[in-house]
Amino acid sequence: MTHRQRVQLFLLLTPVTVFLGVFFLIPLGTIAVYSLLTPGLYGGVEWSFYHWNYGRIFGWADGITEVFEPVYLHILLRSLGLAAATVAICLVLCYPVAFWVAGLAPRWRMLFLFLITLPFFASLIVRLYAWLLLLKPSGLLNTVLMGLGVITEPLDILYTPVAVILGMVYIFLPFMFLPLFASIDTLDRSLIEASGDLGARPVQTLLKVVLPMTVPGIVAGGVIVFIPAVGNFIVPDVLGGAKGLMTGNLIEQQFLSSRNWPFGSALAMVIMALVLGVLLVFSNRARRAGGRT
Amino acid sequence: MPGPLLEIRAARRSFTTPEGRDFAALDGIDLRVEDGEFVTLLGPSGCGKTTLLRAIAGFEQIDDGVIRLDGADIGPLPPHRRPVNTVFQSYALFPHMSVARNVGYALEVRGVARKSREAAVTEALAKVGLAQFGARRPAQLSGGQRQRVALARAIVAQPRLLLLDEPLSALDRNLRQQMQIELKDLQNRLGIAFVFVTHDQEEALTMSDRIVVMRAGRIEQAGPPREIFRAPKSRFVAEFIGETNLLPAVVRATVGGMAELSLEGGQVLHARADSLRPGAKVVAVLRPTDLAPAEQGLAGIVRRVIYLGADLHLRVEPEGGGGEIGVILRDAGRVPAQGERIVLGYDPARVHVMEAGA
Repeated sequence: MTHRQRVQLFLLLTPVTVFLGVFFLIPLGTIAVYSLLTPGLYGGVEWSFYHWNYGRIFGWADGITEVFEPVYLHILLRSLGLAAATVAICLVLCYPVAFWVAGLAPRWRMLFLFLITLPFFASLIVRLYAWLLLLKPSGLLNTVLMGLGVITEPLDILYTPVAVILGMVYIFLPFMFLPLFASIDTLDRSLIEASGDLGARPVQTLLKVVLPMTVPGIVAGGVIVFIPAVGNFIVPDVLGGAKGLMTGNLIEQQFLSSRNWPFGSALAMVIMALVLGVLLVFSNRARRAGGRT
Repeated sequence: MPGPLLEIRAARRSFTTPEGRDFAALDGIDLRVEDGEFVTLLGPSGCGKTTLLRAIAGFEQIDDGVIRLDGADIGPLPPHRRPVNTVFQSYALFPHMSVARNVGYALEVRGVARKSREAAVTEALAKVGLAQFGARRPAQLSGGQRQRVALARAIVAQPRLLLLDEPLSALDRNLRQQMQIELKDLQNRLGIAFVFVTHDQEEALTMSDRIVVMRAGRIEQAGPPREIFRAPKSRFVAEFIGETNLLPAVVRATVGGMAELSLEGGQVLHARADSLRPGAKVVAVLRPTDLAPAEQGLAGIVRRVIYLGADLHLRVEPEGGGGEIGVILRDAGRVPAQGERIVLGYDPARVHVMEAGA
């Protein structure tokens, strides 16, 4: 590398390095340190080492000031399950649509890509409250279904896990769609024809050719949806009610209502570790599946 | 006597262009292919040859007409239920599978047991000279090798008919000529009928038992390569197959199978031809390689001399006028000079006469 190239590289990389250092690494380090400090009496932290924050979650609490509650682990696992369900449903919904849009004439395809991103133009909170109005017992969904005579009693969807999953899928659908579309769009359609030509039934073509060749898009979409879905607290807050507490809500409560910053930090670190673990297993599997002959 | 292997009758297919016009890609195609025959569909791009091939494979539906294979109507069948395999122009090898799995794919999806599958794959790879390449990925092969893998994959399930969509067009010239010969040999050994699509007349002449020249969704002429080359039925076929001189003429007289033609410039051309009416307007087809300096024949002035190594190309302006005549001399003992007078001899049996306007 010449001196000139080195200077150029330095100039190009400096802004992003500074940005990430200041706004990502420092806060992350702060949370990691706080999770091992003693909670202050009125919020904040006292600067002494304290491992009971993690003890409360995993079961080595002293039983006096800090109590082990398996409910935290339950909430963590429920959050992972909810995120996984969101990924799965988004994938099933998006895959055929992405396939269809990729086959459209350029003009129509631009229109549909625009429509997919249209929800971003409205505030997330507003859109979630719109769902609230749709799902409530006297809301649009129940009124229409009862008017049609499909049901006699209003469906009790609001403030149930079903409502939370509906909201999550709604929010994360575009994040799944775009990477899937990018992957499916580059799929050589003559491979599909070749598979059929060689005698493969459509289902065989899907399983043996189309899915394996679009693994990168599936993995990308899965990761992009899974990570924010695990920590999302707005959807459970608006649509899930008191019973639908998720990790995101729990962490939010620790920082805002309970003012126990170290415990909130510990919860955040645990969920981050879990997500990283899941992703490692997932990406290893995907790489092996993609590399198989 | 058994019927033909493939029989297409009155096949029609039209598309709507983005501008909203209707465009007939197939405009009443009748075609028969016998078992073991090598048939080439030849024509310029847009003539419908690829659409016809895709209709046989099942990727396109025809709007009207019948496609029969071994007497059975295969028109309603989807591609995976037709005993026909295709070698694609882009090869369409599955990049995520090894060469061996690519080749064995047709057997894999039919549920053939692994043992017999492997044996068939080994045999098919050996037939195309790639016995050692089974473990590789398509990306690790050269263009010519990929071409062979695509061939092996298409023949492994022993189709009744193999369709080839310009399979040699991506190869360089030397490799293409070598593959033409190998392809023909392979076809002879397998005894499978081939329908081969190309826009390259040399490919068509080299390999085919029969050439089908297509133009604007119709079959212009079908016949053995020599017939297509020597006796084109129309100006289009004559010009598409090799370099040629098309000389407008009027029939002056016919005597005992020989016709005397009067060219535009007034010179006389003799042709071996029956059933020509005196006074009829015709076009004489004269290949540049069938002309050579002689004592008698067409007289003209050499306007241009192009030296091409083995060949010498001349452009000669006939005396009395008329369009320039192209001449290709294989063995030029003496190179004619520009502006020199030359007399071009020819064999009247090699002059083909077709009706004017054809």
